Amino acid sequence: MQRAVSVVAHLGLQLKALPSALGRPFSCAQDVLRRTPLYDFHLAHGGKMVAFAGWSLPVQYRDSHVDSHLHTRRHCSLFDVSHMLQTKILGCDRVKLMESLVVGDIAELRPNQGTLSLFTNEAGGILDDLIVTSTSEGYLYVVSNAGCWDKDLALMQDKVRELQNMGSDVSLEVVDNALLALQGPTAAQVLQAGVADDLRKLPFMTSAVMEVFGVSGCRVTRCGYTGEDGVEISVPAAAAVRLATALLENPEVKLAGLAARDSLRLEAGLCLYGSDIDEHTTPVEGSLSWTLGKRRRAAMDFPGASVIVAQLKGKVQRRRVGLMCEGAPMRVHSPILNTEGTVIGAVTSGCPSPCLKKNVAMGYVPYEYSRPGTPLLVEVRRKQQMAVVSKMPFVTTNYYTLK
Amino acid sequence: MRPVFSQYRNQTKVIQMQLGAAGRCGAERAPCSLSVASAPAVTCLRLPGGLRAGRVRTLRSGSALLSVPKFTDKHEWITTENGIGTVGISNFGQEALGDVVYCSQPEVGTKLNKQDEFGALESVKAAGELYSLSEVTEINEALAENPGLVNKSCYEDGWLIKIALSNPSELDELVSEEAYEKYIKSIE
Repeated sequence: MQRAVSVVAHLGLQLKALPSALGRPFSCAQDVLRRTPLYDFHLAHGGKMVAFAGWSLPVQYRDSHVDSHLHTRRHCSLFDVSHMLQTKILGCDRVKLMESLVVGDIAELRPNQGTLSLFTNEAGGILDDLIVTSTSEGYLYVVSNAGCWDKDLALMQDKVRELQNMGSDVSLEVVDNALLALQGPTAAQVLQAGVADDLRKLPFMTSAVMEVFGVSGCRVTRCGYTGEDGVEISVPAAAAVRLATALLENPEVKLAGLAARDSLRLEAGLCLYGSDIDEHTTPVEGSLSWTLGKRRRAAMDFPGASVIVAQLKGKVQRRRVGLMCEGAPMRVHSPILNTEGTVIGAVTSGCPSPCLKKNVAMGYVPYEYSRPGTPLLVEVRRKQQMAVVSKMPFVTTNYYTLK
Repeated sequence: MRPVFSQYRNQTKVIQMQLGAAGRCGAERAPCSLSVASAPAVTCLRLPGGLRAGRVRTLRSGSALLSVPKFTDKHEWITTENGIGTVGISNFGQEALGDVVYCSQPEVGTKLNKQDEFGALESVKAAGELYSLSEVTEINEALAENPGLVNKSCYEDGWLIKIALSNPSELDELVSEEAYEKYIKSIE
């Protein structure tokens, strides 16, 4: 009888904690979490809120995760990404300041052109990934991760102070705007109805200030985190709900949350800081060598240059690769093995791909296993499954470039 | 008493994911010794108030006793017939998981030890391990090709396994549907 009773006690669906990328449902201390200007708006639209990087954000709305993901690829979705840190670097020496912290050729950015770049430390590790845009309004516009808010702000502010003490003309302002991402093949068409500027003249990684659906002073940048065409709109907080409501009036647009954001970026081969790259990975290991500016490599004038440039010239121990497999999904920490069964690395992000109907993942393997097509094994659910190193993006991207 | 299960039906839209058959690992299992066709009609859940849309399975006559479903605090339900329990996950559980894209199941006849995982349900964002202690007598083969059944029909076509129960009193610790509903309201 005792054994029979324990049958019952041990029946149960035990849900594994959501990966940190998707936050966790908060059960207490909700007032500790920061809220974006759209908090009530999310609730009103059926948003299921979770804690993410110290913010309360919707993981999904009424649609299922997969529906939301596929809608983004076929139509467009609206994401609240106001949790990210937006800063302005001002002054004549703003480029000098930025270049003292990041690996890219910032001076070479054309007016209103932006680029993905990396803050690095003296050991060559990545402190954060960010987008920096050289605006025609006389400042650098920087968007970096919410999870690194305090770290990045301190990093930039310390450097501002240091340069100011040396007589440089530079300052920093936090931009207290909301940030809305409209992503998908019909995003531009949706947005065009609300702006006077011809969006055909705003290609991928360029930015402009414009009035959007009657809200003036919005910065629109042609970029995103889904692999689709789209924009991120920095909008004054007081008008965020009005703008989101206006965008949602178009039946093409649906709200999407963190769950879809994560599966979309993974299909697009985009890193999640804290999972796929962190302070213990260098840009070369992270397969982000392209962010290292040509001039900067020669000048070796960025933090960690000696380590990083050496890796460029010589060999790097390990590399971030894409993996695909069938069967059970690969998840973070899943061991990666060679075909002889020796553990050679681990998965850093993984999920079933709603578009491909296979499982995709990113992980680190030794350089000699990093060529696309290399067969490997990934251990999931205590079983070893065949996997193959795959080029990323897993799903073709659709960035709007003028070529 | 309001009909509880009918409100769950068709609430969740499902994208039924089908993974390619080639190269699937971990899904090798012995052919089911009890074919689905000859399974007892234990998955018919009687609703309080008798209201129900959709199929109504015929109940077996004679000594077959159809039990009212009971629930665990781990979001599973179980009904019994003739010493065989049918197990599935609740609507709360399938919603928490999201669209199930992969279902790993044990072999029929597997005798599980304490804390043994009998299977798992994977969605895009989460994984749910399923634990049981008793002998698995049948698995729902439909889930291998159609894991989305767990979302679409968690109380009927999306049942997971059947287990051998030697005594109905084993289920005394489980709670009624009403009590389970109170419970999920308290944790939501």
